[in-house]
Parts: sequence; C-alpha cells; structure tokens
Amino acid sequence: MSHILVAEGVSKSFGNHVALSNISLEIPKNCIYGLLGPNGAGKTTLIRIINQISFPDTGKVFFDGELLAPHHIATIGYLPEERGLYKSMKVGEQVLYLAQLKGLSKTEAKKRLKYWFERFEIGDWWNKKIQELSKGMAQKIQFIVTVLHEPKLLIFDEPFSGFDPINANKIKDEILALKEKGTSIIFSTHRMESVEELCEYITLIHESEKLLDGKLSDIKKAYKNNVFDIGLQTEENAESILKSLNGSFQITHSNYNLKENQFDFSVQLPSKDTSNILSKLSTLGNINHFKETVPSANDIFIETVKSKGQ
Amino acid sequence: MSKLKLIIKREYLAKVRNKSFVIMTFLSPILMVGMIVLIAFLTEVNDSEKRVIAVLNESEYFSNEFNSTESISYVKYRDLNLEKAMDSTLSMSYYGLLYIPNENSLEKIAKQASFYTQDNAVGYVTERIERVFENRLRRDRLQRLGVSPEEFATIEKDFDLHTSTFKGEENIKGLNMMKAFVGGAFGYLIMMFIIIYGGFVMRSVIEEKTSRIIEVIISSVKPFQLMLGKIIGTSLAGLTQFAIWIFSASLLLVVALLLLDIDLDVMASNHALTSNPMMSMPTPQESEMEFWAKEFFNLPLLLLVISFAVYFVLGYLIYSSIYAAIGAAVDNETDTQQFIFPIILPLMLAIYVGFFSVFNNPHGPIAVGFSLFPLTSPIVMLMRLPGGIGEGGVPLWQLVTSILLLIITFLAIVWLAAKIYRVGILMYGKKPTYRELFKWLKY
Repeated sequence: MSHILVAEGVSKSFGNHVALSNISLEIPKNCIYGLLGPNGAGKTTLIRIINQISFPDTGKVFFDGELLAPHHIATIGYLPEERGLYKSMKVGEQVLYLAQLKGLSKTEAKKRLKYWFERFEIGDWWNKKIQELSKGMAQKIQFIVTVLHEPKLLIFDEPFSGFDPINANKIKDEILALKEKGTSIIFSTHRMESVEELCEYITLIHESEKLLDGKLSDIKKAYKNNVFDIGLQTEENAESILKSLNGSFQITHSNYNLKENQFDFSVQLPSKDTSNILSKLSTLGNINHFKETVPSANDIFIETVKSKGQ
Repeated sequence: MSKLKLIIKREYLAKVRNKSFVIMTFLSPILMVGMIVLIAFLTEVNDSEKRVIAVLNESEYFSNEFNSTESISYVKYRDLNLEKAMDSTLSMSYYGLLYIPNENSLEKIAKQASFYTQDNAVGYVTERIERVFENRLRRDRLQRLGVSPEEFATIEKDFDLHTSTFKGEENIKGLNMMKAFVGGAFGYLIMMFIIIYGGFVMRSVIEEKTSRIIEVIISSVKPFQLMLGKIIGTSLAGLTQFAIWIFSASLLLVVALLLLDIDLDVMASNHALTSNPMMSMPTPQESEMEFWAKEFFNLPLLLLVISFAVYFVLGYLIYSSIYAAIGAAVDNETDTQQFIFPIILPLMLAIYVGFFSVFNNPHGPIAVGFSLFPLTSPIVMLMRLPGGIGEGGVPLWQLVTSILLLIITFLAIVWLAAKIYRVGILMYGKKPTYRELFKWLKY
C-alpha cells in the first residue's frame, strides 16, 4: 500500500452550508502533502474528518489501507491552526497529560519528552506555567506534543504562525527530519512560499470543491505558458530591437540599461519551440541569459481560484 | 476508559489545587457561622429597643391592665386634657399616646379609645393594646352573662395538645423545628453546590474554548469523554469539600459537647427512653442546649448524609451537564446570562416550595410532587427526609421512584447536552440563540 490516506467522495454540510462536496484525495506515504485553499474553503473540515472529530455525510476515508477507525487516532498527530494550552497548568504536567491522552505510558512519555526538551533547549521550562511563556515558546511546546507519540501521519495546520523567522526555520527543519524518518505529513496553509519549499504534492480546495491536485512539479509543468526571460548584450538601439522582434513575438515587458548596453525582456512564445527566437536574437547581440519562467505555487493558486470564480 | 480517568484526575487536581478552592473550603464555614452570629446579634439589637407609651386614662377601667413589659413600658398621665397630653408625649419623644375617654359603658369606651403615634404604629404594639382591650371586653361580656372573674380565669387557661405518633413516639414540637432546620440546611446546601460547582464546570469549558486547548485535545478524546470527565472530576472536588466540612463539623461538635460537658452515653440512654411517652418532655435538670443536642441525635443522620450524597451527585450531574452545554455554546461568560436563568429557576422554586409548603406538611401532595419531579427532587426530597423513611416519614416507594426518575432524566439530559457540547466547543464568534442550539441537536 503506497498511500497513507485515501478519501473517496467525501461530502459534509452543516445545515444549508456545504463545507465539502465530493472530495477525493490520495496522499502518498512518506511525503509532504500540501492542503491549500483560501480561508473558509473547507480545509479544516477535511482535517477534522481525518481526525474523526467530525464525520462525513457521505464518502469514505481509508487510513493506511484500512477504513478509518477510532484506534487510528493514536497514530495521527494534529497541530491545529487555532491552538492553545491550559494557561494555569505547568508545562511538564501538561505535556505529560496530553501525551497520555494520545496513549503513551507515563514513563515512555517522560523519556521522549526529555529528548525533545533537550533538542529544543527548553529543559528549564518544565515547572513553568504556560501563562509565563511567550507565544512562540508555547508554540514549541505544542509542536512537541503533536509529534511526541511518533505518529505515522502528521497534520500541521499553519504550523509557522506565531514563530519568528529563526524558530520557523527550526520547525521547518524538524518537519523535514520527520519526513526523512518516514512520517507522512499533511501541511495545510495559505502561505505559498512554504509550500514551494516543502511540499511534493498539493491539492487545492476552494469553496468546498477540489480544484486540482497532484505532484507539485507536474502541476507546474502543466501551468507553464511559454514565457521566457531573456537578457541581451547589444550595441543597437532598444527601440529598433523591439520593433524587429514585435513583429513575430509578443514582448510582455522590457528594460534597457544604457550604461551597460543591457536589454532585459520577457517574451511570450506561441509554442514550446525556441529555435526561431534564438536565431533571431543571435543576429542582434550576445544572449547572456535565456530562461523559461515556471509559475510559482502562488500564481497557480491565484489563477486557479480566479478562473473558478469567473 | 483510562482516558476518562486521566481527564477526571486532571480536572480534579486543577480544581483542588486552585487557591480559591482551598480558601473557600476553610473560610466559608467560618463565614457561615459568623453570619449566623451577626444575624442573631443584629436581631437582638433590633428587638432590645424599648418603646414608651403614654396612657391618658379618663375612665374607671384599665387602672392596672397596662403593665410594662420587656419591650413596652407605659407612662400614666393624670389630670391632663388630650391636647396637653399630646404635647407632652411629643416633647418627651415617647413612642405614642393611648387615649381612653370616660363614657358610661365599657363598650363605648373601647369604641372611642384611640392610639396616636408619629407615623404608622409598629404591628406588635397595636396588637398588644388590642389584646388588652379584647381581654377586658370578653371578661366584661361574660360577666354580664353571669360568669364570675374566678370562673373566667379557669376558662382562659392555655391548652397544649399532647401529640404523639402511632408508635408511641413523642412528637415534640422541637423535633419538627429541628427537622425543618436540618432539612432546609441540606436542601439549601445542594442548591448552593449545584450553582457553584455547575458554574465551575461552565467556566472550565469556556476556558478550554477561549484558550483553544480544546482543538488540541479533541483529536485525542471524544467530546463526550471530555465533558463527562470534567463533570465527574469537578463533582469529586465538590464531594471532597463536603467531606472536609462534615469531618470538621463533627470534630467541632465533639469539642462543643466536651466543652459543654454533655455525656454522649447519657444522651444515648435518653434516646432509648424517648420511646416511653411518659419520659419525653425535657426534665428541668436538662439544659436547653442538651435538649436540642438530643433532638439532633434523634434525626436519621446517617440516612441524611447518604441521601445527601446520592441526591447531590445525581442532581449535580443533571445540572452540570446543562452548564457544560451552555459553556460550550458561548464564547465568554457574559453571554451565559440568558441561558443560566432558566436553570436557576427550578432550583429557586424547589427552595421556596420547600420553605413554604414542605415544612408545614412534609407529606402533602405538593411536597410529594416536587420531591418526585427530577429538577426539584434533590432539594425537596432532602427537606422531607429528616422525618425518616417508612412509617411516619417518606414512603420507600417515593424515595426509589424519585431516584429512578433522576437517573432517567440524567441520562436524557446528558445525551442532549453532549450533542450541544460536541458542536459548540468548535464554534467561535457567534452568540447562539435557542433556535440554533436546537439545530445543533440534529447535526
């Protein structure tokens, strides 16, 4: 079995509000899977169904080849977007309590907590109350609680919110390390930079429907639109170059640096074939760069959501 | 199951370790006693005011009827006219002036007599004066029918009805008062517990919601487990507090008995003797204190403590699951008001019904009805129970029925509350209406 989680035609509505309509997903094992979508798209509802907090009206969810059942909870770790801890409880007691709720024994939980507290260099927090900690500190505790029981599937909902850049990086490294160890990870966010960095697969949900899903690199390939960035070292007048090119190619924007005789521009080609423009360019000067532009996840996100809206 | 145990443990410790719990446990009995002493003191001060009443008596009657008592003293005016007497009363700042004119018959005198005061006369003063007139008039009328003053005195003798149960047990009036007092105290205690500890449950749910820990926990445990664990943990904390109170109260009682030099063995033997109807009135040697103490030990104390625990737990479970559902439905405490009032209503009703109806007639239809109805039975039944179970007390079938009804209601209410709770804990930012809560039941 190569999928950690498979959803088949999952729908859920609350009263008249449809939260998910006929969502099907296949999340491969040992990868980071981006669950993307604007606010209110239905991501949290889907995650809650995976966590068995709520249940689908129709459709089925399979976890590691089996129909999702209560005992799977112990092998799933969930870091919710809206998260908190008991304010007046001590850190140590609290993490032990939450770990035991996930099914760890007290001694095992203590052993693992020691490892994580040393790893994050927060050993001296054990007897502090949560209300004495900063938001970022509390987030670290929550991250530890999420991963402590070594789940097969980890679900992170906006994991970097509340972290400064340094600690966000640290958490990112930890997520990658967990993936290396064989954990499958669902990563829900609307921050596209982190998607580019982390996710191999994505799915995009908008207004309760799945708009697209698949390998991020494949999606990007599909969204390429033959736009090239070109840099040309030339003695010639920019306007005359533009004129000579505009006849056969569509130039989207350009910039001429007089001092260095550098002419940069983007061009939209009618097809993947580049031989035509290259031969033309070589007559005009020296090409110092020629690069196909790949759409960012952000572009794909915005474009897909927009086109859906029309 | 072990998850439920973990939750109960956490909730219990969170409550018991709380500073306010410790303070409340040890301070509130002191406050309570202090309050009783204060009320007794204030009542004393209030009653000790002595009122002076001037009497202008122009008639030949009532020459020695108005005698000063603890609370009223009479000053007799002679040879003054009414106007001067009034001036004098005012200038001496007496409480009032009683004017009795001179007429040719007592009936006429009584009709013309009047009592002047600065503002409305206090009830007991006019009552006292009226009683003097009534007495005098009655004697006069009877005399005219041929009854001599001596005969009148025998007619007027007070009568005390001798009361007893069929078993021959003396039904001393003091015992009824003691029953009412103890029953009332237990009923009141239950109401306070439900309101206070139900409030704890509600605040604890709101805290989990606002701190968003609920989102973290809810992926590991079922909402129902969490709600039940919270309710049970808090109720155990409540029982702990109650146990501490019972323990320290009995300790205090023993100390008091030792200090007052009351022998428990003697009391026990007295207790045995009360079944003999001839021996039951307090003998002059017994102090009043001993008498009350004896009456106290005559109550079915063990039954009371056990049934308090049973009714407290069941009543509390019902009410606190409602409180938990309310906590889950709202975002902050200020939004809870509209939902709390309907919960407190049956509790208040139970207390009032108890005080006004159950004490007078512990086994009448109203008392029976309210002690079976599950939302009021924890309080009302406890007010009836000092009379014991079985003959002369609460029939056993009523006790059993009321407990069974409580259990059924508990299951139904918990089921409903859990549904609201399950939806509510993950809803933010909306102040729900009753209609929405009803919709949540169907999710």
